[in-house]
Order: sequence, then C-alpha cells, then structure tokens
Amino acid sequence: MSATDGPAADERVTVSDEAVAALVAAAENGGVDFDGLRAVSEGDGYRFETPEMTRAGLTESEFRDACTNHPEYVDNWYFFEGGDRSPADRAFLRWLEDGDAESWDVPTRYDALREGVARSWGQVAVTAMLGAGGRRYELRHEDDLGTPLPDLERHEDPLAARDLVKHDDRGRYRPLKTAPSLPTGWAFVGLDGRACTRALDLIYPATVANWHLEREGDLDVNHWRETMERQSGIYSVIKTWDRGEGYEHVNWVAEACCDDSQCLKRREWGYDDETELDVDGGDGEFPCREPCSLVVAAARKWTRLEGQQPRTYEFELTPGEKEQVEAIIDAVADGRVDDIREADIYEGGNRYRTRFLRAKRMDDTGRLCGVPTDPEEGSEDD
Amino acid sequence: MSQALVIVAHGSHLNPESSTPTYDHADTVREVGAFDEVRVGFWKEEPHFREVLRTVDAEEAYVVPLFISEGYFTEEVIPRELRLEDWDEAAWDSDGTSATSVTLTATDTGQRVHYCGPAGTHDAMTDVIVRRAESVTGDPDVGPGFGLAVVGHGTKRNENSAKAIQYHADRIRERGRFDEVRDLYMDEDPEVDDVTDFFETEDVIVVPLFVADGYHTQEDIPEDMGLTDDYRTGWETPAVVDGHRIWYAGAVGTEALMADVLLERAADAGADVGDAVQRVRELTRVGGESADRDAGAPTADD
Repeated sequence: MSATDGPAADERVTVSDEAVAALVAAAENGGVDFDGLRAVSEGDGYRFETPEMTRAGLTESEFRDACTNHPEYVDNWYFFEGGDRSPADRAFLRWLEDGDAESWDVPTRYDALREGVARSWGQVAVTAMLGAGGRRYELRHEDDLGTPLPDLERHEDPLAARDLVKHDDRGRYRPLKTAPSLPTGWAFVGLDGRACTRALDLIYPATVANWHLEREGDLDVNHWRETMERQSGIYSVIKTWDRGEGYEHVNWVAEACCDDSQCLKRREWGYDDETELDVDGGDGEFPCREPCSLVVAAARKWTRLEGQQPRTYEFELTPGEKEQVEAIIDAVADGRVDDIREADIYEGGNRYRTRFLRAKRMDDTGRLCGVPTDPEEGSEDD
Repeated sequence: MSQALVIVAHGSHLNPESSTPTYDHADTVREVGAFDEVRVGFWKEEPHFREVLRTVDAEEAYVVPLFISEGYFTEEVIPRELRLEDWDEAAWDSDGTSATSVTLTATDTGQRVHYCGPAGTHDAMTDVIVRRAESVTGDPDVGPGFGLAVVGHGTKRNENSAKAIQYHADRIRERGRFDEVRDLYMDEDPEVDDVTDFFETEDVIVVPLFVADGYHTQEDIPEDMGLTDDYRTGWETPAVVDGHRIWYAGAVGTEALMADVLLERAADAGADVGDAVQRVRELTRVGGESADRDAGAPTADD
C-alpha cells in the first residue's frame, strides 16, 4: 500500500504554533487523551504524556517545548480534533489511515504516512501522506496508481472534479456518478483534509456522508415501495407496478441497474422494510440508501412495458441464429459491443454477423421474420 | 452561525451541459465569498435533492431553485425531496409569480432551511433578460430601434409558466428601453414560429426564458423561427428572417448575471451577503470577468 510519489522518507513533522496554542487551551479545558497523547493542566503545572514518556509539573513554556519535541503526537491530535471538521469528514480521514491496522500507534502511523497510505473509495485511490504543513492527500483513478505523476493531468482545486468526471474514457456522458466508469488520466495533488473530502464529494456525491451515517447506525434507508409511493407527476404510474404479487420485478430492476458492474454503491434498500431482494446488493464501501433517479426513470418505462400481456409468437430461426440473438443480448447488456472486433465473425454480436441476421430475418419494416407485433394488424409501436 | 447557499436545479440524464449554468453561477457566488458553503443539488443528477443537504455542514441553508417559474417542481417536488417539514405551498402566499421564502426544518438533517421562490420570478430576473439582450448584441446600450421577444414554453403544463414570461415582458416594456416588447410561446399563441409577424422593428432580440440550453433552445426554437433549416448546421447572429434581423440569445439561464438573482433570493430570505450583490453585478457585466461564460443544456428528459 505505498504510493509511487510519496514524500521523502526523512521528512520531519513540524508542529504549528496554532496546534501548540490549541493544545495548551485544551489541556487547560479538561485535558486531552487521544491516540496515546495525554495533555492536561493539573494543580502543579502541565502534564505531557505519550506511551514513550511522561513529563509532569511543567510550566507553560516547558509544556510548549514538549509539544515541539513530540510534533507527531501534537500534529496528529490537532489534525483530527483541533479543527472544525465535520464528524463525517473526520471519520473518513481516520478510516483512510486505519487500513488493516486499526491499532497503529502514532509513530507507526507517521512512518506509514511518510510512505503514503492508499485506500480505494469507489474507483478512486486516496493516498494520505505527509507534506509541508502536515497531512496531504492525493487522488487518482486506482488504475493510475502505477502511472508516474507527470503523465497525469494534475489538479489542486477540488472543483475541477466536476468536469473531470462528467465523461468516461470513451467520451460518453456519465449520468450516474457512481457508475464504474470513472475516467483515468488525472490526479489531485497536495490536497489538505478538507479539499480531499470536498473533491470526493464532487466525484461521488454524498457517499462520505451516507457511509458515516451507516457507521453510526443512522442511515435512513428508503425501500422500493416507499420510494415509488412518493413519486408524483409522470412517475406516479410506477406504484401501479407493485401489484401485491411479489417483488420479482424489483429483483430484475436491481439486477439490471444496481449490480456492482453498473454502480459502485452497495444497495441497502429492499422491496420494503421486511422484504430484502434476492439479488446481491454489491460489495461497495459506501451504501445506496434508496432507488436513484435513474432507477426511477427506468422503472417508469418498465411499468408501461410490463403492463403488456405476453403473446405467443412464432419465429423461425436456426439453432445458430437463436444462440446469436442470445449473444447479442449478452453483449449489449454487458456493455461489450465496442469490444467486439471488427472482423471477429465468431462473436454473435459482431456487426457483420448482426447485419447478416437482419438482412436474412427482418423484413423491410424491421419486423423479425416478418411477424407483425400485433397479429390483428400490421405492427404496434410503443 | 455559518450559512450555506444551496442551488437546486433540474439537471439531466442525457445532456451533459444541463448542469453547466448551475455550476457556473455557483462559482460566481463562491467568488464573492458571501456564503461559507455553496452547494448544488439536482433532480436528475447527483447529489440529488434528496441528499444535497447532508453534504452541507452549515446549520442554516438558503435553498434557491434555479427554475423559471413556480409550479410542480418548486411547490411539490423540491420541498418533498428536501423533506421540508410542514411545507405548505400556501406559505408562499403567491399569485403565481410572487413567492418569496419560508423557513422550515429539514427532517432528515435538522437544518434550518430558508426555502426561496424560483430564480425565474424574482424581479432581478428582468435585468438578466435585458443583460442577455446586451450580451447577444454586444451593446451595453442596446434598446432604441430594437424589439425584444421573451419566449417561454407555454401554459399547457403550467399556467404559472406563462405568467412569469408576461411578468418580465411587462416590466421591460414599462421601462421604455426597447421599441417593442412581446411575450411569445413555443406551444401556444402568440407563437415564436411567427416572431417576425409581431414586430415592426427591423432588429429583434429573442431571449428564451429557459435555465439551460438544450433541445428546446438549440434545436426547436431556432428551426421554428427559421434561423436555420437544420440546427446542426448552426445559424448566424443576427440571422435575417423575412427582412428582420433576429438576434437569438439562447437560454437566459446561461447569462452570468443569473448569479445575482440567486444571491438576491437568498438575501431577501435573510442571508447576510454584504456587498456581494453589487460585486456580482460588476463581475458579470458585459465585458466583465465572468460575462463571457456560456453554457448549454437541455432538460428534454423529465
């Protein structure tokens, strides 16, 4: 778990005057006990204690010296406890460093930060490191972890994330920010803690907030039924899709839209608060608390389509053609169409193969095997 | 106590440019530093209306809808999705264009939310339309010898939509700056298709009252007015149609001065914005630093 462009290993932490002043104030105001650092103002002076040393009966000046001599402990406390960080951001920045070793003591933590500590948030690799002024963060696509920094487009302003994540690497608009199609080729460098969480909030909006609510046991999950009941206007029709005949249709929706191959959020909503879905909710780090606007928009279309009654059609296909139809559906559903090579006529979804099938099996009006959609008349188009 | 401005807009699943004006105006407000935080939320993008408030640290949030008129979104969708406790559209006591603000609590986050009327019906919007006319002609004094058409969607879906168009057209007419001012519509009379029938002046500026450029403003309206046979080939500005020079401005919502309306909405609701209104007006004037920003974006999907 080390980044390629970490700071020099001999970088020493210096502690800021603000941090020392804040610790003096905190010591006088009830004391501090954080990650091994204990600091308190007692009757006979100040006490400064780490797992390695204890000094008591200090004057304020001696206490300040102790701070300067143990900069990592003071910097560590001030970073997490000294500012006005939101609880969610604080928890996230702690989580970044916890990694597999939640019990890191401060010297170990700082040694790791000198090397760079990387964790993935969706497809973003977040690397915490030490730089001038303390902790600094670097964000890039996890696939770019091995790419030398000069080869990436570097940014320092979190707001740049809005444009960066708008299109995927093929230039297609990404209407769903948590789709696993994050573009590559960029890096945010030198971010402080606030800028780090701000950039992530633009790349994956509200994921840190919801992840934190979940950790605190406060995530407000809204299930399918209540979400669809809430819809109005052109979406109010969706509630009619729930006919009290089970939730198989919602399984299909979740399999279509919410699978890890489509969205990196971990689906926590079910059919209702008593009925989980039968399909996997995914392994993502951050939760999905209700059907999103893409699911709602798609569900409206499916509600209309699923209102149709099945009919029996008779088509004549060779076994190879039947399998080709299946292969085409698979290729489209798995987003592989663009990966099928031009001349790979062994793939059912190959363009030439598909054009041949169309030439042979579809009539001038695009009907499969010339069979009308509506047997009464010509065809019916929704 | 810290205060946040939260701009809520429609956004789009299909058009990448739909959100651009919203982001641009948020940046302008950030630039003048009137709020501790400036956030945007969307109906069709993320963060969704549903989750935008939990990305805001401030306990006091001024929520301004970047919508053109009062109606379904401002009265039903946004308050519901933001979970504004005890919302009642009567609280605005509006005649269709006069909504101001109401202070409520968001039940999921506990924040105090000053929920404001839409940008499009604020009086300052009249100035944005005029500014749009200035920027499309490149003339800060444009007016004499020019006609101005304010174009709206129409009333078929929402009667307040036409009210907002009429309201601003009336206000501009009363100022006497332009020789003629008309309100025109996409899907009802008087129709924008026949724009040249309604003006005596040779020069006519056409400003669509839409938040973002997209299908209506970049395809429909230019073709319907006869600026071009095919929107994909573009059109001249001005374009000559039936002996009139048509200066087609595109969506008013892309005008940089829109940021001023958002600020004024929040200030009217009690936000402390200092001299930010004046600074935004200077920053966004024709030839100003932010005035050249342009944007596009449709809301073809609902």
